[in-house]
Amino acid sequence: MDHITFLVAVVIVTALAFDFTNGFHDTANAMATSIATGALKPKTAVLISGALNIVGAFLSTEVAKTISGGIVDDTLVTPGMIFAGLVGAILWNLLTWLLGLPSSSSHALFGGLIGAVWVGAGSNGVHFDKVVEKILIPAVASPLVAGIAALLATYLAYKITARARKESVTKGFRLGQIASASLVSLAHGTNDAQKTMGVITLTLISVGALGHDAGPPVWVIASAGLAIGLGTYIGGWRIIRTMGKGLTDIQSPQGFAAEAASTTVILTSAHLGFALSTTQVCSGGILGAGLGRRLAEVRWGTAGRMVIAWLVTLPAAAAVGGLSATVVKHGGNLGTALIALIAAAVAGFIVIASRRNPVHADNVNETHEVTIRGGASTDVRTAA
Amino acid sequence: MSLDWNALGEVFAVSVGVTVGVVVVFALGVLGIAQVETAREQDGGTHALGFAQAGLCFLACAAVVAYGIYLIVPQFH
Repeated sequence: MDHITFLVAVVIVTALAFDFTNGFHDTANAMATSIATGALKPKTAVLISGALNIVGAFLSTEVAKTISGGIVDDTLVTPGMIFAGLVGAILWNLLTWLLGLPSSSSHALFGGLIGAVWVGAGSNGVHFDKVVEKILIPAVASPLVAGIAALLATYLAYKITARARKESVTKGFRLGQIASASLVSLAHGTNDAQKTMGVITLTLISVGALGHDAGPPVWVIASAGLAIGLGTYIGGWRIIRTMGKGLTDIQSPQGFAAEAASTTVILTSAHLGFALSTTQVCSGGILGAGLGRRLAEVRWGTAGRMVIAWLVTLPAAAAVGGLSATVVKHGGNLGTALIALIAAAVAGFIVIASRRNPVHADNVNETHEVTIRGGASTDVRTAA
Repeated sequence: MSLDWNALGEVFAVSVGVTVGVVVVFALGVLGIAQVETAREQDGGTHALGFAQAGLCFLACAAVVAYGIYLIVPQFH
């Protein structure tokens, strides 16, 4: 194991930490509407989702062959840049979690890498045409497609069941939601755990610890699967509240329509080779389901803040990634350790800030707002 | 860089078509169950048509879910 230098070890730990934040940031995608409509109890929902994410990680054999899918020049990428990029992605994921905003973990990772490579290897290391093609266009198109599909499906579902017994309808769609939410979780596990496995494997190859065309060793698959599954199980309750309650008031037929639309868009795009953000697809589906039911209130203020977070995600993660890359480039191992310490301190501060107004399994459905201040007087419990 | 409108259009058409199809069929199944439960509540009778409708619709949805799992799991390809 003499190939495993200090830097490589730090990269592996940081990649697993990112995988963990990826998991809890994205629990909401699959489970927010099921939790909001009461189809699944909150704790049951995150348990199913976490387990399916681990299963998904082991099922997929096709591990990401490139770190970034061509967005940056992979031949110029060093372990130091990967580390800096991951730090940018983790910090952005934590900040948006604190604010309860569903933003894309993939965009945070790409943003962090773009910033780190730009600083480390110059702007010619970043393929800007690929950024437009692989990030910008799917980011605009995929939530729209999911939204339109969910809107039509919701409208028809209410039309068809308008005169039927209400309890039967609610119960029927709740059962359907369990299946649709599970499919989203499984698809998420096969996609997102891949990215971390790809990052770790390519780092090991770049330092010669693995052969050139080697697949990920079992310990990499197992640790990446466990990190994302555990993150999912811990549950990003703040984001679950925003997606399940904040955007619109969801009933079980809407939840089913939104999840059916998300699953279909994710699977058709993957089949046709489009990269997209699960978070953005699911948010689009939920908004569409909100518009499809008459009298459902869509909170455009919350939706607007979410869209702003989508726009800022990539540049913000890139800025942190670039800054970290500067320190790592000039400071060597000492700089790397310094950035790791600062990142851990900022992460700790964000977690402490979240405790002032915690959101957890027991209060996730109580209101539709995630606040950082002010709510402490009404809820003195600490996060579960 | 050229935008592949065909692929984008295909994703749009397939996504909207499949989503609406699955949700409509599932809603018809729920409608069938609702009829069965209403009949049971009112006179203790059964509603054979509603029962058959629900069975067929949920079977169709289960087939779509199975195809979804097939698409997700690479070992099946």
